[in-house]
Amino acid sequence: MNTVNVKINGREYAVPANSTILEAARYAGIEIPTLCYLKDINAIGACRLCLVEVKGARGLVTACVYPVNEGMEIFTNTPKVKAARKTNIELVLSAHEKKCLSCIRSTNCELQKYANEFGADESRFSGRNTKEAIDDSTVFLVRDNNKCILCRRCVAACNKLQGIGVIGANNRGFDTNIACAFEKNLSDTSCISCGQCIVACPVGALYEKDDTQKVLDAIADPTKHVAICAAPSVRATIGECFGYEPGTDVEGKMVAAMKRLGFDGVYDMNFTADLTIVEEANEFIGRVQNGGKLPMITSCSPGWIKYCEHYFPEFTDNLSTCKSPQQMFGALYKTYFAKKMGLDPKDIVFVSAIPCTAKKFEVTRPGQSVEDGIPGVDIAITTRELARMISGAGIDFTKMPDEEFDKPIEIGSGAGVIFGATGGVMEAALRTAAETILNKPLEKLEFDDVRGTESIKRATYKLGDLEVKVAVASGTANAKKLLKAVQSGEEKVDFIEIMGCPGGCVNGGGQPVQPASVRNNVNLVELRSKVLYDADSKEEIRKSHENPIVKMVYEEFLGEPNSHVAHEILHTHYVKRGL
Amino acid sequence: MKKQITTVAFKDTQEQRAKLDALIEKYKNEKGPMMPILQGAQDIYGYLPIEVQRYISIQTEVPLSEIYGIASFYSQFLLNPKGQYAVSVCLGTACYVKGSGLLMEKLTEVLGIKNGEITPDKKFSLDATRCIGACGLAPVITVNEDVYGRLEPKDIPDIIAKY
Repeated sequence: MNTVNVKINGREYAVPANSTILEAARYAGIEIPTLCYLKDINAIGACRLCLVEVKGARGLVTACVYPVNEGMEIFTNTPKVKAARKTNIELVLSAHEKKCLSCIRSTNCELQKYANEFGADESRFSGRNTKEAIDDSTVFLVRDNNKCILCRRCVAACNKLQGIGVIGANNRGFDTNIACAFEKNLSDTSCISCGQCIVACPVGALYEKDDTQKVLDAIADPTKHVAICAAPSVRATIGECFGYEPGTDVEGKMVAAMKRLGFDGVYDMNFTADLTIVEEANEFIGRVQNGGKLPMITSCSPGWIKYCEHYFPEFTDNLSTCKSPQQMFGALYKTYFAKKMGLDPKDIVFVSAIPCTAKKFEVTRPGQSVEDGIPGVDIAITTRELARMISGAGIDFTKMPDEEFDKPIEIGSGAGVIFGATGGVMEAALRTAAETILNKPLEKLEFDDVRGTESIKRATYKLGDLEVKVAVASGTANAKKLLKAVQSGEEKVDFIEIMGCPGGCVNGGGQPVQPASVRNNVNLVELRSKVLYDADSKEEIRKSHENPIVKMVYEEFLGEPNSHVAHEILHTHYVKRGL
Repeated sequence: MKKQITTVAFKDTQEQRAKLDALIEKYKNEKGPMMPILQGAQDIYGYLPIEVQRYISIQTEVPLSEIYGIASFYSQFLLNPKGQYAVSVCLGTACYVKGSGLLMEKLTEVLGIKNGEITPDKKFSLDATRCIGACGLAPVITVNEDVYGRLEPKDIPDIIAKY
């Protein structure tokens, strides 16, 4: 590694030659405060919080974009630096709607944290402030520009991370606002509802549309049977909302807390992840054997589905027709299980706890209801909303005992739990497809080539006589690269897994928001995914088709995989939306 | 002030579209293509409505939000069509102290449109401009290339009647 010698606050360090002052300081154990900087996607020197003194430089410089060079002397903590940062925070605050007490990000707000650390006076500067309209046109997201600090992290997440770009900075100077082109509502654009902008926002300008009150109202209604199921990745992340380190498995505590919220049933969505796999693996085998549309692409990520419908409508026939696990769960709960439990589907309110804002959109899609007027899933709440409900109910999460999901839907296989990470759906499907084709147990269950956090993964597997080429992409910018290669014929694949968010559901737009200081230094995807892979390796049942509840549902209700009943209840269709 | 967005329906001709295609083809593989493309597109259409910006977005694979960001940033890019007769009122310092604000009020009344708008028959559009360098004639308005100076609000109806 090429290094250069620099002095930071009077001490000498050898730091990588091509680093910025921000990176060099981190190397020396100093964290320079930032608001607009996000590693790899947003280094624009806009917020002016990372100002430092460099000997010989004119004025203060922005550490996030200023490269180091040999002999540079940097001062990160002088009175001049601190005074400038404080003033800049005060200037940001002057145009910020300071409704901090009731703000959804209070205590988890990066601006609030720095204002507090620097002793900034929120009312030092006052002047004209324009009241901006709140965009709550979609069912999944709210934008309140009165709190926006124009850091452009959401714009970078949308444009660079996801390759979409439905938001940008409009107008100039004091009138600058982050919005859609021609000030359109977000619902009128090709936004895919992934929510990556929300988890990039340092303040309370972007948040999921809160559906917790609907859930609380349903629980309070004695005529309703209210059930909830938790998606695989929620157990790997919700601890972060209660002070646990990223990568802590809190399944038992989460279940205990959900039970104390008063739900009539608390279930494991891993079960329908398994069911999705059995349906999807058989759909894939069917397409291969009957000359169906290939490559087949997975369909459990509704952000990806919406992306495909807008940006690659020519690929909608390649999508698996399988509903996502949450929708399969709702559909099955209101039919098979309702009958078994003697419940009228009209009295059931089915809630899913998911890492995803796009699932809020998914529940409203046509083709997802059980019958007219009865949606499969009534309410989808994100990990963050579930955490808020738990805190709001006075439940001390950290003191919860470990409890188990309710019967009769308490079993999910190891294949189901890895659904929450990029490559997990593919691996789960391959386990089932391989055993179905080979008709004997696999010796090794791990498909290592599709694991890991790389953006696009490829592998070729021999299943008996059949050679299957698979590819896995996460994040829609990577999906775009892969699909373009498939389109041009440069890439030949049979089976593709795509998840809308980079790294998969563990990094979903509904997951706990980690500040840039964590995001920039810690690989959240790796830590959170490890929880799921560890859980898989400890499971006794590690193949979806061996889940006893899945077997029971086929025996008693669905018949065969991809049967007529299965198609009616567990499959859906797509639309071509265009741009 | 935020840019106003037109509500007037967009129409283009085959000839205009062919020119736009040629323009995009010329610049799309160059570095920083958007400024020349938008300038050229404005020369072709007179303004940059959503239809034109969206077409450019699809052809260049640059997100519409980014294009609109540029178009709304620079004051020379227009989101509203100009009328057959573009009426501009100088609100520069000299004209303003000489009462051009009152001329603007009178024009709003006579034309029935506000600053940045166009009449339904597309005959007149009304815009405020910064100093046009004719301070000696303050207060000044222009109608296309014609300059009218040392005006009072009562002169306005006669000027408009000429067109």
